Amino acid sequence: MAEEILRIKSLYVRAGKKEIIKGLDLNIGIGKPYILLGPNGAGKSTLLMAVAGIISGSAARGKILYFGKDISTKAADQRARLGISSGFQMPPEIKGVKLKDMIKICTGKSQSEELSADELKLAERFKLTEFLERDINVDFSGGEKKRAELMQVLLMRPKLLLIDEPDSGVDIESLKFIGTEIADYIKKNNASALIITHQGSILEYLKAEKAFVLLNGRIECSGRPEEIITHISKKGYEGCEDCKSPMKNG
Amino acid sequence: MDKRALESLKDVGIKGNEKERAGSYFLSNRSVLMSRINRSFKDKLEVMDIKDALKKHSWLRDYYWKIVDKDQDEYTKAAYEKEDGGYFIRVFEGEKVDLPLQSCMLVSADEFSQKVHNVIIAERGSEANIISGCLAHPGVGKAEHIGISEFYIKDNAKLNFTMTHRWNESTVVRPRSSALIGDSGKFVSNYICLNPVKSLQMYPKALCNGKGSAAVLNSLVFGDGGSCFDIGSRVLLNGHGSRGEVVSRTIAKGKSTVIARGMLEGNAKSKAHLECSGLLLSRNAKIHAVPELFANTPEADLSHEAAVGKIAEKEIIYLMSRGVSKEEAASIITRGFMDVTIFGLPEKLRRSVQDVMDKAIKGF
Repeated sequence: MAEEILRIKSLYVRAGKKEIIKGLDLNIGIGKPYILLGPNGAGKSTLLMAVAGIISGSAARGKILYFGKDISTKAADQRARLGISSGFQMPPEIKGVKLKDMIKICTGKSQSEELSADELKLAERFKLTEFLERDINVDFSGGEKKRAELMQVLLMRPKLLLIDEPDSGVDIESLKFIGTEIADYIKKNNASALIITHQGSILEYLKAEKAFVLLNGRIECSGRPEEIITHISKKGYEGCEDCKSPMKNG
Repeated sequence: MDKRALESLKDVGIKGNEKERAGSYFLSNRSVLMSRINRSFKDKLEVMDIKDALKKHSWLRDYYWKIVDKDQDEYTKAAYEKEDGGYFIRVFEGEKVDLPLQSCMLVSADEFSQKVHNVIIAERGSEANIISGCLAHPGVGKAEHIGISEFYIKDNAKLNFTMTHRWNESTVVRPRSSALIGDSGKFVSNYICLNPVKSLQMYPKALCNGKGSAAVLNSLVFGDGGSCFDIGSRVLLNGHGSRGEVVSRTIAKGKSTVIARGMLEGNAKSKAHLECSGLLLSRNAKIHAVPELFANTPEADLSHEAAVGKIAEKEIIYLMSRGVSKEEAASIITRGFMDVTIFGLPEKLRRSVQDVMDKAIKGF
């Protein structure tokens, strides 16, 4: 059995004509959360989209091994069914598709089936009961979108969670809830996660195994999350470039 | 009525079971097949053929051809010269009719040009829901349907009118409708057409003349094959504090053309919104959205939003990331786009309309 859930080898990803990810290598172990840091525009979301299959084909070259098997040619839906689930930073609004419809999609139910008692209970825990009949993400606040995203991700029972900035634009209470939910899920299900964060606020509720720093299209540094965040907050990402940690490339 | 015709009635929400309807009117070509009221509603309303109603109520002349101009175009002129029938529905003052009424106009003969005239009166303080189904018999080829409808919603009355059309690629359809709404009256009109038609043109108008009157005009149209739709809704806000809402959702597929119009005219202190959304599902289809706002006083607060295009890639990707294939994702988005909850129907009626919709969009 592979020790890593995810191994990325020499990944190149383009957005339009611009190459964003330039020969990136990264490994993620089983049953642990990891965080991904980097300045705005470094390509963090692009990397998550490439792993999820949202960017694929000729726009993403390289190997993405999931439990040791190359999934780089698989479409987003196939990867989702394999257990890779992504929470979007800016999820789209879809008219006429209700939050309850999304729950059915995430759990593989037909649209004519009713939500189970457990699903209703989960919606209540996420304070989303009154949103079930509403069009997904339409007039949701930032915090409501984050909660709806995370709820859908967890309902898919993933083995690998890819979450884009769960701690941005949310109040302290929501941050605590989101952080705790992710941590509990990972612990109970021996799942792994790759989480993008800017300030690392989520780390207060979730003990990450390692932090990766994405710079110039590559993982330029990795190590203990608290140390790296302290270093960045003191010296900025320019300091990371100077540092060139020996733990480079995870 | 033969089996095929009876079967197709379900596609437009018409039920044979009288228990589920407060009253029914069925017209096939020019023959009235049924015109009756559910016993429990005998003291609350009237349903009859327009010709009988004109004989019974001399005052009906004050409502007949009063808000639709007989000289409006060649179709109104043709209907004025020779009417095949049509219904008269009147809900008595203060009566709340909780079961829907239904009307059905069937064209069941080739080359037939059906011309109908309907007058609907919701008296002061009354409330009612009407389901109207207009369709061509599955065995019919070339045909025409001209429908004149005049709605009168008196002070404090509420009328919800849901019309479903089911034609074929040889049918020409020309509905001509107007609604006059009194003080604090509310008119909700929902229109659904999800099957091909040769040519359908209509531009109904709601005259919000009463103080605090309101009109909500919604339409869901799916153009396929070589269908040509030129449809829209107009709200004229003449009463102080009147309100209007026009929501149009159109899908164009195959080689169809859909012109989706909408017009709000503010002539008094009023507030209204127009929403026009179109989805193109093929390269050869066309949608032309024409939203218009006319504010004739600074106290009119009018707004609109219009969007036409293909299914957004980010919506497809989003659903795929939840484990559904690209094709399933497109189907879910298309079905969502035609969501009947925009109609704001009462639960029983919503389920009935949802059944019609589910049947029609099975192949999306």
